[in-house]
Parts: sequence; structure tokens; C-alpha cells
Amino acid sequence: MAQYLLSVWHDEDYVVDFSSDEAQRMVAAVGAFNEELQSTGAWVFAGGLHPASSATVVRSVDGQVSMTDGPYAESKEQMGGFWVVEAADLDSALEWARKGAAACGGPVELRPLQGE
Amino acid sequence: MSELADVFRREAGRCVATMIRVLGDIDLAEDAVAEAFTLAAERWPTTGIPPNPGGWITTTARNRAIDRLRRESTRPDRHLAAHRLHETGSDAMDPDFRDLDAFVDVVPDDQLRLMFLCCHPALAADAQVALTLRLLGGLDTDEIARAFLVPEATMAQRIVRAKRKLRDNHAAYRIPSAAELPDRLHAVLAAISLVFTEGHTATSGDGLIRADLCAEAIRLGRVLVELMPDEPEAVGLLALMLLSDARRPARVAPDGSMVRLADQDRTQWDTALIAEGHSLVRACLRRHHPGPFQIQAAIAAVHADAPDAASTDWSQIVALYDLLLVLRPNPVVALNRAIAVAELRGAFDGLAVLAELDADQLAAYQPYHATRADLLGRVGRNDEARTAYDRALELTTNPAGRRFLQDRRARLA
Repeated sequence: MAQYLLSVWHDEDYVVDFSSDEAQRMVAAVGAFNEELQSTGAWVFAGGLHPASSATVVRSVDGQVSMTDGPYAESKEQMGGFWVVEAADLDSALEWARKGAAACGGPVELRPLQGE
Repeated sequence: MSELADVFRREAGRCVATMIRVLGDIDLAEDAVAEAFTLAAERWPTTGIPPNPGGWITTTARNRAIDRLRRESTRPDRHLAAHRLHETGSDAMDPDFRDLDAFVDVVPDDQLRLMFLCCHPALAADAQVALTLRLLGGLDTDEIARAFLVPEATMAQRIVRAKRKLRDNHAAYRIPSAAELPDRLHAVLAAISLVFTEGHTATSGDGLIRADLCAEAIRLGRVLVELMPDEPEAVGLLALMLLSDARRPARVAPDGSMVRLADQDRTQWDTALIAEGHSLVRACLRRHHPGPFQIQAAIAAVHADAPDAASTDWSQIVALYDLLLVLRPNPVVALNRAIAVAELRGAFDGLAVLAELDADQLAAYQPYHATRADLLGRVGRNDEARTAYDRALELTTNPAGRRFLQDRRARLA
């Protein structure tokens, strides 16, 4: 078994209006997806992130620590959340990514974690 | 030693496919097979070439693999095992090595596993085809680079990245399930088709055709059809390759130059291959599920039906290209349609169709310039024809192809 990161990406100014029907459907679909991950034993860890504007980048150079306000990547696209799943192989992981993308309605990047 | 190169061409893909299953790693598999060829290069000049050189290579690579597996099994090397490509749900190796000989036997399924691995949808299409040519076709990176019209370094990086991605992502070494197969098939068909095209019009070597590459593509096509007898596009591709290969004896003149379809001595065409191709075309078209390979096979079948170029049913060929353009609109198909229009209605009309094509997209495509040169020559626009021949010659590395174009250019008044 191997572990994979499934990250969800959207525009930096992405805002969800949770009162909308669309958002409610998304929340329900993601909930069902999470339950499926847990009931099949594929779930390792998952979380949704606050907006990228809430991020702080910390650097340590020769013992000197500096901080910058905002996300590391100066990109229009930012990570909004992620799952870490356990899967037998790439095809199984891709199937989880497909279901995750369908549930959250946005693109999901699949990336393998390094083994021990 | 060119015999060794020939053996390599024939056996490398088969050996690598099995060694990947045995060793669970593409690079290790390529190493084991390369080691066997290195040993052959050392020994064969003094011992002579063994009676069955391909068998010798396979056996030697197998023995290297067995040595490696035994070494691995005696030390707790988890690193290698962690990166194994394996069949999901089964351990790659019997720990007692009781069935080791059977385990390392070359089985046809290995090549199918390798086809689907090379053509995994998580890889970009260009990486899929490059890996297929490299691992299953046994082509050098340099040859693949020329087939794709990219620098060799670019192609080398593309192949390294593709292999690394498959390994890091734990891609399984297996044949897709029945439910997955249709989706996985298209890329495999495209890759096999490109192997055939590379063999049919080789970019390197003295002969115009590298028959072994064509034979390899046809072999892979047959294996696919056996596995998927109900997939009309797989049957269509096989039919197309057989009907194209049937013309091989007539495609090259005794002096090594290329003979155009129109000028070929059709009595030299392989009637057995044509008969097989025809029956496959009929079988797949009966399913009423037309696809690009089936239509191209039908076009080849129309050519094969004509005892000479003049009696070709060009209206049917133009109609088939019209259908192909709907299914697969691209400039290469449009170019071939223009050639058919020129045959049906004359060179003026053919040039008119050519003029509508996107010349920028076709700028590096040799057949575009060769076709244009021919049509311009036929309507007497000789200066323009000479310029087009020069451009076609710049894009032609194949010596037989160059001789053909130089000869055509010299015949202009």
C-alpha cells in the first residue's frame, strides 16, 4: 500500500456561499466521500484550509528567521484542502481522485507520498 | 556488429517486458537486458553467434534477474521492494523460489502488461508513445526523437520522467480489468500505430522500411485483437497494418529508392496479407461502430482492390476521407484527402484543397511539401515545385526517400 496526497485547487479569491443549494450539495457530496474513504480504510487524514491570504511563510537562513505575509506561491491558483489516502496502486488512487474531484466540484491533484 | 543489433531489435521488448515483472522495476529490467547484450557483444566475436541468439539473450537476462532476486531475498532491502511495480493484491515473488523458472518465463501477457503500463492515462500522450517505442519497440532514444521531431535531449528527459512517474506513483503492472479496458485502449492503439509508421517509413538505416518494426507492431496488434476480439478499432488497426505491410515488396525499387503507390507493381503485393486484411475490414465494419482505424483500413482496402492505380475507386476514397475528417479533424488527414481529390478531379483541384490547409501547422511535415511539389509539377508551376522539393528534402533523413525526391526534382522541365 502507498499513500497519496489528493489536493484541491481553486482560484485565490474563491469564496463559498454556504447558504446556496450548490454549496450544500457539495458539502453533502464531500461528506459522503469522506465516509466512503473511512469505511473502506483508505482514509489517512484530510482537511479544508482557510483562504491562502491567511498563510504566513517562514524562512530560516543561517539562523535568521524571517516571515512574509501571504502564501509562498504567487499564483492565482491556491490549495484549498486535501486528503491523504492509502491505496494499493496508481489506478486505485486515481479512482479516489476522480471521486474526490466529482464531490468537491474542482480539480484534484494526485501526488504520491515518499515511502519510508 | 549488426547481427547483435538485429537480435536486440527482435528481442529487447519481449525481454524487458518479462524482466519488469520479475524485477518489479523498469530501470532494473532494462539494465538486466542491457547486461545480457553487453555480454553477447563481448563473447560472440570469439564464440560466434549462438544458434538461437534471441534465446541466449533471454536466458542470460533471466539468469541475471535470478541472481539479483536471490541477493535481494537474503538481505532486508526494503527500499527496492517498496518501489516495485506489481500486480495489485498479489505478492510479486514466491518466497521459496520454487517456481522461479516458471516465474521468469517469457509470457505474452507480459507485453500486454507493458503496453498498458507505457500507455497509462496518467502519462501525457507523447510520453506514452515514447515509452512504448523505447520499451516494447526497442528503439533508441535518438530514433524516437527523430520520429517525434524533437531534440534527443528532450526525448531522453521525457522518457526518464515518464519512468520515474510510474515508479513513484506505484503504477501496477497488470492488464486493466474489463471495465477499464475500453478507456485504456485508445492510447495503446495510437502507440502501436506509431511503431508501425516508424517501421514503414524508417527515419534511419539504409532501407526505406524496417520490416522488424512493422512485424513488431503487427504482432502487438494481433495480441490486442486476441485479447479484445469485440473491439472493432483494434481489429481496424490490425487490418490497416496488414494492408499497408502487404505493399512492402513493391514499395522499394532494387536500387533502394521509394516507389509511389501509383507506380507500384501490384503483382508484388502480398495477396495473403491483403486477403486477411480484407476479411478483418469486413468483420469490423459489420459492427457499425466506425472509428478512425477502421476507416483508414477501409481506404487501404479500396487501394488493394484496384489492379492498377488508374482503376482505383477514388470517389470512394474521398468519401472515406470525408468521414475520417469528421471523426478525426487534423491537418494530416486533410492532406491525404487533398491527395485523393487530386486523383479524382485533377491536380488543380488538389492544389486548391491544399491551399485551404493550415500551412504553418504542416510546415515541418515532409509529406505536405512532397505532395505540394508533385502537384505543382503536374500543373507546370516548376519553379514553385523546385522550392517545395527543396523544403521536402530538408526534412528527409531517409536515404531512399531523398533519392526519390531528388529524382522527381530532376525530372521537372
